[in-house]
Amino acid sequence: MTTVDAFSTDPDDAVPHTPAAAAEGRLHGTPPRTPGADLPEHPDFLWKDPEPKKAYDVVIVGGGGHGLATAHYLVKNHGITNVAVLEKGWLAGGNMARNTTLIRSNYLWDESAAIYEHSLKLWEGLEEDLGYPILFSQRGVLNLAHTLQDVRDSVRRVEANVLNGVDAEWLEPDEVRKVCPIVNTSSDIRYPVLGATYQPRAGIAKHDYVGWGFARRIDEAGVDIIQGCEVTGFLRDGNRVTGVRTTRGDIACGKVALAAAGSTSVLTDMLGLRVPIQSHPLQALVSELLEPVHPTIVMSNAVHVYVSQAHKGELVMGAGVDAYNGYGQRGAFHVIERQMAAAVELFPVFARAHLLRTWGGIVDTTPDASPIVGRTPYDNVFLNCGWGTGGFKATPGVGWVFADTIANDEPHPYAAPFSLDRFVTGRLVDEHGAAAVAH
Amino acid sequence: MQMIQCPWCGPREEVEFHYGGQAHVPYPSEPAALSDEEWAHYLFFRDNTRGLYAERWSHSSGCRKWFNAVRDTVTYRFHATYRPDEPRPVTA
Ligand SMILES: Cc1cc2nc3c(=O)[nH]c(=O)nc-3n(C[C@H](O)[C@H](O)[C@H](O)COP(=O)(O)OP(=O)(O)OC[C@H]3O[C@@H](n4cnc5c(N)ncnc54)[C@H](O)[C@@H]3O)c2cc1C
Ligand SMILES: [Zn+2]
Repeated sequence: MTTVDAFSTDPDDAVPHTPAAAAEGRLHGTPPRTPGADLPEHPDFLWKDPEPKKAYDVVIVGGGGHGLATAHYLVKNHGITNVAVLEKGWLAGGNMARNTTLIRSNYLWDESAAIYEHSLKLWEGLEEDLGYPILFSQRGVLNLAHTLQDVRDSVRRVEANVLNGVDAEWLEPDEVRKVCPIVNTSSDIRYPVLGATYQPRAGIAKHDYVGWGFARRIDEAGVDIIQGCEVTGFLRDGNRVTGVRTTRGDIACGKVALAAAGSTSVLTDMLGLRVPIQSHPLQALVSELLEPVHPTIVMSNAVHVYVSQAHKGELVMGAGVDAYNGYGQRGAFHVIERQMAAAVELFPVFARAHLLRTWGGIVDTTPDASPIVGRTPYDNVFLNCGWGTGGFKATPGVGWVFADTIANDEPHPYAAPFSLDRFVTGRLVDEHGAAAVAH
Repeated sequence: MQMIQCPWCGPREEVEFHYGGQAHVPYPSEPAALSDEEWAHYLFFRDNTRGLYAERWSHSSGCRKWFNAVRDTVTYRFHATYRPDEPRPVTA
């Protein structure tokens, strides 16, 4: 059964945002504008809950944003509709429901700029494409620099971005203050702000709505979304996978596409396929609802915290992964403590905000902080993983290129640099500077 | 915060330690004989076990020595810690 209650883990949903709640004084203070009053009501049923068929042309493992987007572009760009998306839990309840929704494309290398910028352009038209609100808000992102080397690296990245057609500027501290007045730009703090890169087209979106929008569209197109269906094994014939074993029976398939984020290794181990992935807990948290104080997104790799203010008013904050491998969807408290210390130094105004809730996801990191997308040694098994801490922004972009790769049995040009064999050829796409672990 | 049992210093708080990834990954005995693929696996590929995992930790704010641990990657509970020259203990 799919009910909207299945999504009550939405980090944004602790306080009802209805006019009734405001009238009863359940919202914080007496706002001039009720935070979130402009949010659409939660939707009714958006997709069916079918029994799995015996066979599909394409089986996608993982009903997160990536799996759903892949199904969407299989339908839309390639006319492939005999598709199932298998999800062990509930739809988009993994990292998709847990991430902090930052969307940007200011990556250093040409290969990354190409795929993330492709994605950002799709975000800009996604609401129309899906016919569904996703609250994409292009409020810009500041990436702060705190040391001379940070400044040099940042300016280099801005120049690289501009050459790749990505909007990017270098801002001096007084310009940073104009974009986000609450950033502490005084020179006497431990890590003074020496400037920032700025990407005005970056933004946030409402992650659940993105998942539901894709789900609704692909359901209309005839794709089966099957929740509560865990893939537990593969049926094989030499170099081909002929079907998947699931908790709801065996399902035959022409092609299999893995989009299982932090759980990829569990699946690839069943295929005897080794992938250079390490799964880590990644935590995030929100404050209570506040009046609009934070107009943009601010991230800092050096003191490690990043912040945006959600549509309803919470400050949404994240930091780095917990150091150890983990599958537990929670992390250690000292990681949160450090992140809070960094946040309060950068934003003294946060000192009195209450922390409302923390949660964790399982992210899949690679040695070069870039994803793995493409073919595998199996003829008909395709791999999408390794997006680590930053794959939400890629959702439409990777859906597009992964669908193309699956449909044509060869990597889309934007996916080609991210093949599994780059770890053997040595053609790494080292994005530690622009990706790890800021989002 | 977890207490971690350093084999030399005894139980100390997690913040004193540094994580070092999978344990028992020996340096290739004949490095010159390795193919590119074998090198890639030595350098970049590690197990990513869901469950009991043997891994390395360093007591970086204490004795600064490396040791091994068997930890459950789902519950995060440490089942054993042991010195690098000791074999992986049998744990449940
Ligand atoms: C705290 C946090 C903050 C983040 N912030 C950002 C951010 O600001 N910006 C950004 O770009 N990215 C961010 N990310 C990363 C982003 O969430 C992920 O990279 C992205 O969601 C991964 O793709 P996905 O949406 O398909 O993964 P998921 O939503 O995790 O989907 C994978 C799905 O596969 C399912 N699955 C696993 N195994 C099986 C199986 N055997 N059978 C069936 N189903 C299975 C899972 O249940 C899950 O639903 C963040 C992540 C976290 C945890
Ligand atoms: Zn010690």
